[in-house]
Amino acid sequence: MTQADIALWQNRLPRAFGPTPAVKALRWVAGAAFILWLGTLLWWFDITPTRIWNGLSGLAVIVRLMVPPSPGELWMDILKGMAESVAMAFLGTFLAALVAVPLGFLGARNIVTVTLLRFSVRRLFDGVRGVDQLIWALAYVRAVGLGPLAGVLAIFTSDMAVLAKLYAEAIENAEKKQSEGVIAAGGSRLHAMRYGVLPQVMPVMLAQALYFFESNTRSAAILGVVGAGGIGLQIAERIKVRHWDEVAFIIILMVITVGVIDYLSAKVRKRLIGVRETPVG
Amino acid sequence: MSLAVTAHPAALRGEAAFQAQRRQRRLSSLLALAVLAVCLLLAARISEFYPASLAAGLPRVGEYFYKLLPSLQWNALLSGAGTEGSIAFWFYRLDDWAWLLLQTSQMAALATLAGAVVALLLAFPAARNVAPARWINIATRRGLEAARTVPEIVYALIFVWAFGVGPLAGILAIFIHTAGALGKLFSEVIENADLKPWEGLRASGANWAQACRYAILPQVMPNLISYALLRFEINVRGASVIGFVGAGGIGQELNLVISSNYYEEISAIIVLIVLAVVLIDMVSERLRHRVIGSAAEGH
Repeated sequence: MTQADIALWQNRLPRAFGPTPAVKALRWVAGAAFILWLGTLLWWFDITPTRIWNGLSGLAVIVRLMVPPSPGELWMDILKGMAESVAMAFLGTFLAALVAVPLGFLGARNIVTVTLLRFSVRRLFDGVRGVDQLIWALAYVRAVGLGPLAGVLAIFTSDMAVLAKLYAEAIENAEKKQSEGVIAAGGSRLHAMRYGVLPQVMPVMLAQALYFFESNTRSAAILGVVGAGGIGLQIAERIKVRHWDEVAFIIILMVITVGVIDYLSAKVRKRLIGVRETPVG
Repeated sequence: MSLAVTAHPAALRGEAAFQAQRRQRRLSSLLALAVLAVCLLLAARISEFYPASLAAGLPRVGEYFYKLLPSLQWNALLSGAGTEGSIAFWFYRLDDWAWLLLQTSQMAALATLAGAVVALLLAFPAARNVAPARWINIATRRGLEAARTVPEIVYALIFVWAFGVGPLAGILAIFIHTAGALGKLFSEVIENADLKPWEGLRASGANWAQACRYAILPQVMPNLISYALLRFEINVRGASVIGFVGAGGIGQELNLVISSNYYEEISAIIVLIVLAVVLIDMVSERLRHRVIGSAAEGH
């Protein structure tokens, strides 16, 4: 193949030798727009090299003060806070899972055939779910005062909505045959739910609840930052008075506790439902 | 009755075994329930979840949420911001809040972008199949783990000290958490990639970085983009509350109005946040499906 041949083919099939000028121009425009966007954001948020550098040197000081981590004199409070966080997560998830079962039945298409009712129940879940747990916590702290009770209520509220949605989906996916059998054998619709649907969805529900317990130990650890009890309160207080070694200790304790809870919960889950796969919420 | 009389001994044995098994199962589930009850009581005691405080608290919760409701009036619903009871009156600072929401979403976008870039760079050494050396692999994995196990808001609390109050602290906090979380997901995607192109490139003399770029990246790119978009949705939620600790965005404003008890403004801002989050989720879901869809067509 000579240069002339190549030129001939390039002439005949320009697209095979690279993007068209229009695509090239579009890429340039997109690139320029991206750079412009990035530049605007950096300017807007006042992100300058000097600021980053000063911040990093401040951070270095903080990290140096964190080593070695120490529990400090009030280590009993830290342990108590950690226990409080786990208890908040456990209680909140348990109550949410309990309430979510009837709500899930209310939101399931194959159980509640009244579209308006089901639709409004589902939209209510969506609305509650759209509000972050921390916002709920902040609101509950205002309503019932500082302390773990606000945290339990916040976890309960936001998880109830998510679990109810997941439960409703599980119920909708349940095999119909069993409940038809119960009805055919003379059972009422309530019997069909109890003996036809519930045994099928129970393992899924339990697994979801345990997953949520795991993820709630993480979130319960930070709810205290807004005053809703638990270890978050301890860490926020220590950051305020700049006891960085104790902050480091609390972070390590948090990571270890979450790991232990994950491990235990995975064990329980396996025992309860075997090793079947369930979708993560 | 006749059944019991004429039952075969084997049937009787089977029945006895069944009953014994049932007793055992009942016993173990009773035990599990007892353990659960003890755990619940313990948890209730530790978290001060007493009936008395609950009874005192719940009416206040109802009262509080009732106060949050805007006092809308039907006949004035659509009139201007000057009239009490109209929607415009409820959202009377809509321009400020919309600006803050834009700021929040851009904080999330910038943090997601930076986090995804760092995650992409670290995912290759963190993937077991393409890591250049075992110790590098383990070091990157531990590093990513450390970055994602600490909650965003804890990073934000610390960064507010180092970098000052404002969006920068929030962006950095979300960025570090995102890099850790996405790094893990990205490395898992890479571990599932087909290694034949990689072997071909390495055999023809490509160095490690070139092989990553030309053998692995084209295979995994759609998945990575999809994960990054998913993370962006999560980060928008995160950015909307990270302001509670002074790290910028709409959260800072929400914290302010909640602690000053401006009831109607609280509900207005929450409604706006929910709307913005839902809108961004919808757009991002579309994009994700398009990315994944084009990838499926390409194969």
